Amino acid sequence: MAVDEISVGGLGARVKRVEDDRFIRGKGNYTDDFKLPGMLHMEILRSPYAHARIVSVDTTKAWAIPGVHLVLTGELMAQRNLAWMPTLSYDTQAVLATDKVRFQGQEVAAVVADDPYIAKDACEAIEVVYDPLPAIVNPSQSLAEGAPLIRDDKDGQTDNICYRWEVGDRAMTDRVFERAERVVKLDCFYPRSHPSPIECCGSIADFNPATGKLTIYMTTQAPHIIRTAVALVAELPEHMIRIIAPDIGGGFGNKVPVYPGYVISTLASILVGRPVKWIEDKTGNLISTGFARDMYFHGELAIDHRGKIQGLRIDVDTDNGAFFSDAQPTKFKVGLLHSAFACYDIPYGHLTSQGHYTNKAPGGVAYRCSFRVTEAMFFQERLIAAAAQDIGMDPAEFRRINFVREFPWRTTYGMLLDSGDYDKCLTLALEKLGYPELRRQQAEARKSGRYIGIGISTMTEPLGAGNSREFDIIGIKMFDSAELRVHPSGKAVLKIGSKTQGQGHETTFAQIVTHELGIPSTDILVHHGDTDNTPFGMGTYASRSTPTAGAATSMASRKVRAKARKLAAHLLEVAEDDLDWELGRFYVRDAPQRGATIQECALAAYTNMPDGLEPGLENHAYYDPPNMTWPFAAYLCAVEIDPETGVWEVLKFVAVDDCGVRINPMIVEGQIMGGLAEAFAMSNMQFITFDSSGNCIGANYMDYLLPTAWETPNWELHEVVTPCPHHPIGAKGIGECACVGGPAAFVNAVVDAISHLGVRNIDMPVFSGRVWEAITQQRDVAGYPPLPGH
Amino acid sequence: MYPPRFHYEAPSSIEEALQLLSVYQGEAKVLSGGMSLIPLMKLRFASPGAIIDVNNLPGLDGLWEESGQLRVGALVRNRDIIRSEVVRARYPLMTSVAPQIADPLVRGRSTLVGSLCHCDPQGDWGAVMLAMNGEVVARSVAGERRIRVADFLLGPFQTSLRPDELAVEARVPAPTGQPFGVYHKLERKVGDFATVGVAVFLELSGRSVARAGIGLCGVGPTNVKCVEAEQALVAGGLEDRVVEDVARLAAEAGKPQTDQRGSAEYKRHLVHTFLVRALQTAMGREPIDIRQRRFERVNALV
Amino acid sequence: MEVKQITVTVNGEPRIVEVEPRILCVHMIREILGLTGTHLGCDTTSCGACTVLLDGVPVKSCTLFGVQTDGHELTTVEGLGWPSELHPVQEGFKEEHGLQCGFCTPGMMLTSAALLEDNPDPSEEDIRWAISGNLCRCTGYQNIIKSVQWAAKKMAAERTAATA
Repeated sequence: MAVDEISVGGLGARVKRVEDDRFIRGKGNYTDDFKLPGMLHMEILRSPYAHARIVSVDTTKAWAIPGVHLVLTGELMAQRNLAWMPTLSYDTQAVLATDKVRFQGQEVAAVVADDPYIAKDACEAIEVVYDPLPAIVNPSQSLAEGAPLIRDDKDGQTDNICYRWEVGDRAMTDRVFERAERVVKLDCFYPRSHPSPIECCGSIADFNPATGKLTIYMTTQAPHIIRTAVALVAELPEHMIRIIAPDIGGGFGNKVPVYPGYVISTLASILVGRPVKWIEDKTGNLISTGFARDMYFHGELAIDHRGKIQGLRIDVDTDNGAFFSDAQPTKFKVGLLHSAFACYDIPYGHLTSQGHYTNKAPGGVAYRCSFRVTEAMFFQERLIAAAAQDIGMDPAEFRRINFVREFPWRTTYGMLLDSGDYDKCLTLALEKLGYPELRRQQAEARKSGRYIGIGISTMTEPLGAGNSREFDIIGIKMFDSAELRVHPSGKAVLKIGSKTQGQGHETTFAQIVTHELGIPSTDILVHHGDTDNTPFGMGTYASRSTPTAGAATSMASRKVRAKARKLAAHLLEVAEDDLDWELGRFYVRDAPQRGATIQECALAAYTNMPDGLEPGLENHAYYDPPNMTWPFAAYLCAVEIDPETGVWEVLKFVAVDDCGVRINPMIVEGQIMGGLAEAFAMSNMQFITFDSSGNCIGANYMDYLLPTAWETPNWELHEVVTPCPHHPIGAKGIGECACVGGPAAFVNAVVDAISHLGVRNIDMPVFSGRVWEAITQQRDVAGYPPLPGH
Repeated sequence: MYPPRFHYEAPSSIEEALQLLSVYQGEAKVLSGGMSLIPLMKLRFASPGAIIDVNNLPGLDGLWEESGQLRVGALVRNRDIIRSEVVRARYPLMTSVAPQIADPLVRGRSTLVGSLCHCDPQGDWGAVMLAMNGEVVARSVAGERRIRVADFLLGPFQTSLRPDELAVEARVPAPTGQPFGVYHKLERKVGDFATVGVAVFLELSGRSVARAGIGLCGVGPTNVKCVEAEQALVAGGLEDRVVEDVARLAAEAGKPQTDQRGSAEYKRHLVHTFLVRALQTAMGREPIDIRQRRFERVNALV
Repeated sequence: MEVKQITVTVNGEPRIVEVEPRILCVHMIREILGLTGTHLGCDTTSCGACTVLLDGVPVKSCTLFGVQTDGHELTTVEGLGWPSELHPVQEGFKEEHGLQCGFCTPGMMLTSAALLEDNPDPSEEDIRWAISGNLCRCTGYQNIIKSVQWAAKKMAAERTAATA
């Protein structure tokens, strides 16, 4: 009599979330909610200029304001060797500016005071004299003759390039292109975006002078790496540092890097011997923290007469801002950009990429994606759409004849796909959208001057970084971890190395344990985020938690089950080999009515151990994933454009996702819908741009546009399930797929609606003004900075 | 996010408020809805030495018709206007614009009179009141005066209100014929400032236009009243051949700038398009504007 | 430093508060009254994470000075349900997975509760319209709509049962 997996909250159960109980009562504990005794508040003074020498900094008036405890400048930080810090991409980043400011919004000084109002007053009283320099706002400006050298602080830096990277077979690819029957080219731009969770970044640094222990409450998605990084940067012993990531109001990659505010507030706490709270405002968050995207793409496909792609060439310029601080695995200077076109069978390809310093915020981060995979998949699907348009083939058919169909498969750029069924996914999507009928409607509509368009986006993406052979961040391998302890009463505590920011780990990871042990999910408490109390993990971003920490949870649970088997054998007085397992109990194979539940085993672990067996029922696992997981999807979008205004509306959106086994379908669907909304935002309105002086346009919510419920369309979701062959429970990552594959669906739809006018590309965000320009001028519309008219 | 210090006054009578204004003479800002003033103070773009909070003043929240005018007290919130029976019945342009201002939460506090006093070139009420030939009633210790909205809105964030004056009411003429009104606003999302806003007000009798008002926002340093277009409409009536002329005149009346919301050319084109659509609706044709159709399905109480 | 003493009814209880005039209502709620369920998400009155009810009307507490609440009634998320039971809106958000990170949720629920007072049977469009001042980055809004619809249904059933 196994327990029923769904009713105890195992895999596939739509378990209501345990985290909701506190959130719906307003009893969440976000970083800004904590008040420590004696706590002071810090505000940061930011540069108004994008590029300028600092002539002088006078803090006299700030110090004189009652309630001010400390004023820090770059000079004071430099005396402690903390004016600069290493980045996750082996560059350096200014903590507080010393010689120059290199982007608008850069941190110049900080004030610690009794409350943030006073701290702000004091910031305003700091007098900084700047000598402005010309600002660079895009990669071609960075390479232009006479361009100022932005990183003149770096020995040996003679230009504004921060990396070069390439992969693939240049020689063979060139040959294929020379012989190609047809070559299709596309240039497009993925604008600078920002993850912008509603909660901003912040920390409370609490250095205890009596014990030497440093505790930092921090909005971080990766508390353990932060602890190690703080130990390195601040030269403090790692065991005396405790990072607590409490409830986080959204991350999306923004809360992965180490920001100057964390470092300054930590030093401040050490200097004043009291807790120091720093919570940035939205302007600080948007103007200075981890942005994403900002890439210029040139892509080419060599296609034969049947429409089969024979070769792929990609060249990407990335705009990395003033400091190269991408949060990504060491070996991959441009993340997993080379996962582009993974789902297509293309024999030869070559990819080159170069990074540019510009006078903008440093970064970027993996914004709701697996390290540059959003860019990869966007460029992929835009080029595929352009190719289908150019050769006059139906875009669904063009994809079909080029899909990978055999697995395992080595992609064009050398990644290993272990499973997939892209055709099944696309077919289901087309059926649910009503594709043939919509094409008919489109043709009819054109006759009366109405513009309807259909956009397709298909992809597979690598999630779950990653295997130790290829992946590390500042040298630390990208495994993850879980520790499970079962109490005498059969209830359990699971501690994990990942850190949710709304993905529901407290619910879903319990469900994994339930699947392995049959303990009801409501009897399992999940603990995460506190480095003193959880095993070392690399955190939650790039959809890696289920693939890594989830697998570790499964493995730890299986180790616990193996010990429980010994206890069961002891209780039932049989040999271990005589026992079988069904969900929740061991039973004697030849006498199934005789069994021991997992709860009975747990009690026995403390009250009735066999000789030679240690008491207790617990274990842990560190999981090094053998490969990435490869979820895949098809996103289909139908739009109608108002020809006179360029305003477009989504008529229908269908998403078919395969993320392997779904632990909690309700949560998976929530993740997909959230990702689609961000995809919609990026395609439609969300971006950061700059004028020619380097002023940031998009540093507050009046300029950085997030859609409301009124603009956001409805989503129709469907699924395909292809279990991951190597994951213990067959699951794949899912949190980000829709954000990765979604934008191209919208853009392809808009372009498709007016392709008959000769339009091939409109850069995101596809504002109504740009659509109108494309329609009236019958040409493509580009969108990179500087903003026209400024 | 943290406003600078100020001295706070919360008068409990209009007389007290006027006294305070005459004492502070421009060193104080009036706080009513606060939806424009407080954001400016939070970003420290405004640092008034004193704030005079008028939210407790009695008698300023009336919304009623009297002597051939609709009278809107200074403390009438946009939310109140949306819910007002008399506005719904007889002031279709106001019914059209009120729900499109900012977002539902801001509409709970923001006021029509406050919006006029703030005089943002992208302010919706300015365009509407120009179209409806409204006026502002201002009081000071010296007495009361009435100022035509066209004379009230001078330039970006500059009105003709004197430093010691309190705007207590806005008024618009009550309709005598068949009123028609619609406000077309292109915004990239709810809460964005208008890319352009076009207010069209007509008093009709059959196809003949007794009075026409056209006001624009987002097309220059201040809201614009399209006087020539209005005259053309009155002269020609609601006829197809007149519509194109009127739309062209209105589009030429503004001086939009290219910015992140669009090119100057696009904005002019939008004015033209929205004028045509508004007049088509006035002529009884089905609205073709996708946004407009959707908006009409909402039971907007906020 | 100028400090004013005000009397404000918070979640049904009269409170006497001493507060400097420039302190925003949201800061008064979080720091002085100690109610941290109301959140701060932006600096341009755009996101609605700070939404509270002022005399029953949803407003953005970041764009109000604390002193302005003198003599008025404030309802925060902590006052949405009753100690012994949740408001149907709160239940609906849990039932229909209307929240993920939870940061926008208090404001979203208060706006929704106010909507249902005014409009007990809102259409999907009515709901989207009413919450268009509250931003969410996690859910894509669809489940929030369902949460409000769930609550509307429950409240209708309760009214029917009450009158029966």
